[in-house]
Amino acid sequence: MMDNKMIIEDSLESNDKGFAFYGRLPYYRGLGLSMVEDIAVSVDGAAIPREDVRFSVRGKTYKLDEMESVYDDRWNFGEKAKIIAMKPGGLAPGKHKIDFAVRMRISYLPFVPTTKDSKELALAA
Amino acid sequence: MASIKRGVSLYSFQNETFQGKMTLEDCIRTCAGFGARGIEIVGEQTFWGHPEYAVADADIDNWHALIKKYACVPVSHDFMLDYKRYKDREMPFDEQVASVKKDIDFGARLGMKYIRALVALSPEVLVAAAPYAEEKGLKILIEIHAPLHFDHPWILRHAEAYEKSGSKALGFLPDMGMFLFKFPLIWAEKFARLGVPAPIIDYVVKAYEDRTLSEYVVLNVQNMGGTGPALAMAETLRHNAAYEPRRMLPYMDRIHNIHGKFYEMTDDYVEPSIPYDQIVAVLKQGGYDGYICSEYEGNRWIEDAEEPDSVEQVRRQHVMLSRLIGEPAELALAA
Repeated sequence: MMDNKMIIEDSLESNDKGFAFYGRLPYYRGLGLSMVEDIAVSVDGAAIPREDVRFSVRGKTYKLDEMESVYDDRWNFGEKAKIIAMKPGGLAPGKHKIDFAVRMRISYLPFVPTTKDSKELALAA
Repeated sequence: MASIKRGVSLYSFQNETFQGKMTLEDCIRTCAGFGARGIEIVGEQTFWGHPEYAVADADIDNWHALIKKYACVPVSHDFMLDYKRYKDREMPFDEQVASVKKDIDFGARLGMKYIRALVALSPEVLVAAAPYAEEKGLKILIEIHAPLHFDHPWILRHAEAYEKSGSKALGFLPDMGMFLFKFPLIWAEKFARLGVPAPIIDYVVKAYEDRTLSEYVVLNVQNMGGTGPALAMAETLRHNAAYEPRRMLPYMDRIHNIHGKFYEMTDDYVEPSIPYDQIVAVLKQGGYDGYICSEYEGNRWIEDAEEPDSVEQVRRQHVMLSRLIGEPAELALAA
């Protein structure tokens, strides 16, 4: 659910250290950060390694491994989180295809859902 | 004589609230406009923070102000209890009970009569939390949701534990999706968009109406060459069934809230896949005087093709419900 609303349009930005966009949790409620099992990001078909992805909400930025033991913060319903990819040099101006997938550990579900979105975002020169 | 009351779970408007297209005030004003005065929420959807960090007092004040402004009634805070919070171990029993107490506190802070427990929770956890619920003046209701039903051994275990506890603070919240008597058209259309061949779609829809055992349907779809989405369509029969609404009757003394699940309301005010006429008749027979709270869940089945119109869908359901309940004309809405 909410698959096609995960990536926020027109949110791509870039600098020398990498790039970032805003993303939402594909779910009908929020989720504690320890239950966000993985956030996978690709740009133009090239996967960003997990250790180079950062998640940022309300002024706090986490590495994905750190999030696994964060019990006092959450990704709220509809909340736009900044998804940061460390990539020296950043991205060239122009259009880029972003793939974004979130794997969640949901207590009551007898499976572990992964939900994906893919959008072409433009980076201003 | 007390009558069935109408309400809405704001879950119904998730597509709009997720995108910021409707505020909490928009939701509550909309419900009140349909004569649906009971408001149910998924706490972790309507409020930011809970349970990991404190919900702002201003947000709670806003809730109470809106409930008052639109003359509504807080009905239920649906809680989750994430017992898989820790990566490699299940949350210990005492911590689960403490977590339920935290949701009792949150429900009480919102003025709710009930908190909704998911069916995965064990009866022992709820029984242990019941005295605290009594103290706070609200009830914990476990949601009976397809594929579970009132004759399922897991539910019987809950019922036995509640009776043994002697607590009136434990009860049931049946979701009307368990009475799915036809395969929803919007499900069939979604599977068609995913590329399921027409003969398989026709077969599954027919097999559902024939009440064919889901295991046979899965096998037959495999034999028809079905893979991927075709098998997923067949698998929906493992998670849904046309249970009998009358099976609620022996439990009426513990049924205090109802999820008016629906997938699609047609423009002539019918939910073609859930027999609401039979359901309301059974509830009347059982003397039910609580709320039926709308739970629109068609959104996720159509969002890939069109923007859901949750408000219009909920409106149509309330036209239907007010007619079935037989409300006096002044309570019913102008259709």
